[in-house]
Amino acid sequence: MTVNTDIRLQVRDLKVELVETGEQILKGISLELRAGKIFALVGESGSGKSVTSLAAMRLLPDALQITSGAVVVDGQDLFDLPEAKMQDVRGRRVAMIFQNAMSALNPVQTVGQQVAETLRLHTPLRGDKLRQRVVQLFTEVGIPDPDSRFSFFPHQLSGGQQQRIMIAMALACEPDILIADEPTTALDVTVQEQVLKLIRDLTRSRQLAVLLITHDMGVVRNTADEVAVMYRGEIIEREGVDEFFHNPKQEYSRRLIDALPDLTKFQSMAVEEPLLQLQDVKVYFPIRKGVLQRVVDYTRAVDGVSLSIGRGETYALVGESGSGKSTLGRAILNLEQISGGQIHFKGDAIGALARREMLPYRKLIQVIFQNPFSSMNPRLTVGEIIAEGMVSLGMGLSEQEQQDRIGQLLDRVQLRREYSQRYPHEFSGGQLQRIAIARALAVEPELIICDEPTSALDVSIRAEVLGLLQELQREFGVSYLFITHDLSIVPSLAHHVGVMQAGKLVEQGSAEQILTAPRHPYTQALLNSVPRLDPA
Amino acid sequence: MAELGFKPVLLWSDALVFMLVIVLTIFFYRLRNDPQTRERWSQVFSSRLGMVAFTVIMTYVGVALLDSMHFRKALPSPAGVDTDEVFYDNKVTSVLDVMLDGMGDRFERTYSAPFALKSFEKSNIKDDQGNMVRDFDWLMHAGQHLADPSDKWLDVAQLSAIALAWGLAASALVVGLQWLLLRGSVYPWYASWAVQAGIICFMVWLVYVSHYYHVLGTDQGGADVAFQSIKGIRTGVLLGTLSTLVMLPIAVTLGVSAGYFKGWVDDVVQYLYTTLSSIPGILLIAASVLLFQVYIDLNPDYFSIGMEKADARFIALCFILGLTSWSSLCRLIRAETLKISQLGYVQAAHAFGVSHSRILGRHILPNVVHIILITFVLDFSALVLAEAVLSYIGVGIDPSMGSWGNMINGARSELSREPAVWWTLTGAFFFMFLLVLAANLFSDLVRDAFDPRVSGGRHS
Repeated sequence: MTVNTDIRLQVRDLKVELVETGEQILKGISLELRAGKIFALVGESGSGKSVTSLAAMRLLPDALQITSGAVVVDGQDLFDLPEAKMQDVRGRRVAMIFQNAMSALNPVQTVGQQVAETLRLHTPLRGDKLRQRVVQLFTEVGIPDPDSRFSFFPHQLSGGQQQRIMIAMALACEPDILIADEPTTALDVTVQEQVLKLIRDLTRSRQLAVLLITHDMGVVRNTADEVAVMYRGEIIEREGVDEFFHNPKQEYSRRLIDALPDLTKFQSMAVEEPLLQLQDVKVYFPIRKGVLQRVVDYTRAVDGVSLSIGRGETYALVGESGSGKSTLGRAILNLEQISGGQIHFKGDAIGALARREMLPYRKLIQVIFQNPFSSMNPRLTVGEIIAEGMVSLGMGLSEQEQQDRIGQLLDRVQLRREYSQRYPHEFSGGQLQRIAIARALAVEPELIICDEPTSALDVSIRAEVLGLLQELQREFGVSYLFITHDLSIVPSLAHHVGVMQAGKLVEQGSAEQILTAPRHPYTQALLNSVPRLDPA
Repeated sequence: MAELGFKPVLLWSDALVFMLVIVLTIFFYRLRNDPQTRERWSQVFSSRLGMVAFTVIMTYVGVALLDSMHFRKALPSPAGVDTDEVFYDNKVTSVLDVMLDGMGDRFERTYSAPFALKSFEKSNIKDDQGNMVRDFDWLMHAGQHLADPSDKWLDVAQLSAIALAWGLAASALVVGLQWLLLRGSVYPWYASWAVQAGIICFMVWLVYVSHYYHVLGTDQGGADVAFQSIKGIRTGVLLGTLSTLVMLPIAVTLGVSAGYFKGWVDDVVQYLYTTLSSIPGILLIAASVLLFQVYIDLNPDYFSIGMEKADARFIALCFILGLTSWSSLCRLIRAETLKISQLGYVQAAHAFGVSHSRILGRHILPNVVHIILITFVLDFSALVLAEAVLSYIGVGIDPSMGSWGNMINGARSELSREPAVWWTLTGAFFFMFLLVLAANLFSDLVRDAFDPRVSGGRHS
């Protein structure tokens, strides 16, 4: 067995189409997985990456059908096998791990039992030996204290550990091919890096042939040996990973690579004229217990944060999920009551204003949300959505002026004027996020709180939306509080950066200072896990 | 008024049902503007099953409406009294009664089987010689025109043929008119037309043959069972819609405010519905109906005719059913509102300083409408069935008002005798079954079209 060139799985000219319309989803995909190598399939959502892996395992939903092609494992075409034999191939020869580990694990069984179950199905191991094998697998995938974790339930483990359990389960039957479909997308960056490292190590130690499906070029850069870029059901470029990142041949590939951060260029500092100032802001949620709902304790979501945002400046608030950064954004909008501290906007204290008193400031502070699909009322037209703020904040516009303004705003965010008559479901995520930006701009705010505005978008669209936000900043002098978990978009965008952990601001400073010379260990950990184009 | 020859009577339930029709018409007329809603309804109606079920439901609703136009006939001046004053019949008649052409006026003494010529029970009669004998008496309104009783089935066949010809002519007229208007339509109207033709033929046949026979026999009081079953339609349809309409505002207001305002409002609403749903429903309903019955009995002056008494009890029942069954819908709406009020567009509306009432009206309510609609159609059939159960235990509709529940209640003793009287139960069952089946099929289709959990996959 010549290890490095040994082809474990070969996909030949795979074509898949929609049963109903005959539309081609895959237009002839060919690829080979080699032992000890990671083959990365990258592309944006809808490009057909997942369909490729599902088709190869014959797990396609009924609406799709394979029209031609072959998937060969050990000289055997999987499409010729009866379903019963196929069961054996999935699991024993080919293992799969998916994006969302929590939903793939059964919540009422301990994780040990679930891994043991797989082993019991495929191996003769029983009793103590079975348990030992599971513990051994747990050790291999790097679960601390594996013996006691055996009897843990899925919800008692963190997201990263759940994904490790999934990997353990996948490896239980010693497969030689592993298909990983966005295995780290649901994880925080620091955890993501650890899981990727585990996959990398296992690939080498077990000589696995891995198909890694991802949309994240950073993951590819750090993990894969070979890359194939998928675009609308075709592989448009296929290359070794080093060659690919240095000499992309397709324009589309270049755009994907350009979305990676460049840590050499930063925003020049803007003029310091404070617009928003937070002093020791606290947001506590009471924990109530018992019949009388007495407050027994508090969840300290935001625990004493002080920061200042200047006019025309972008402040990036970085942190992992649950660090309290979104709660802080909601507190500034007065959607969440603050439990302590002061919020000053243009010198006025706005922290404890009542609903009615807040109205004049509503016009000046606006918000853009993470999920563009849920931030638009599906029953209103785009025009009505954009007009909502203008109407309720009493801009005093006539019907005609209002229509003109909606038209101008749509122009400004590079959408067509006639879109104002359409409904949200007719648009893509990127277009919807532009509409959300237009909606926020409609009332001429001075500060826009952007709560993860690009994390639901594909990389190439992400760059466009970020570019638009920057243009608007130059044009209108608006400030942004940019809440994100993704450090990679910070350098090109932010003037100041604050890093949040568990409700506290652990470090803040200029973007350059934070990204090149982080002092706090947490910032350093975050930064290390950011995929970079050229790790020197 | 005298020259009209009748005096219109507006019962409370009539007023409510016509108001309801007007409100629903406006509601659907306004919904027409929303392309999404229009698309969903067109999904419902583009299936043949949807068309058929809808036609059947509309027929029932139409019959119920016709039966809700009440009046009292003028009586001829009594002989020997010379006055201009017109006296009106104490009995309330409806347009439907007129259209059924006296079907309800042909009483017998007691039970008779379908198409029978003689009574089902023996009685004392005089024979030709004037002796008293005990035998099955001839019916008063069946087969009077026959020279020879043995020709009965031939006669029925002849009558049916004539009726069918009339029926086909009538349906050709009705369907033909629609065909002229709707032939270019994309919806499968032909399915509806087939059902319409069937229904028209059946009704014409029933009315025509009823002149000569009791098609479904007669009940204990000698009333025509086919007529009683048709009269049950109004009760069933009205009970289903009115109770749902009593329930909806309560469930929607409480559910939406609990989910939106949270805090103590939520606590109060939750407390209310947990308390309510821990009381056995039937007990609560029975107690309330009996209480109201006592009130009616103690205040006879409030009701000038017997029909009004029965109607008051009927409305009370609708209200009681509505008041006791809002908790499950309220829970659903509360959960959905909780979810929606966390979504971006509601948050954005807060950030725009949009008022609470506007957020509720523009963002929350339109997005829970699908739940309301689905519940409305699903609960409808459940309430029709509930009426039958309540009448069965004796706390339902007043016995003077035709209702399927009362008919089924009567069947308890009828089925236990030998030979059994099977036709009252059959009549009630047939009409009720058709309505509930159509309502259930239609509600399935509505749910498929409106429930995002079911239809969500279509757009992706």
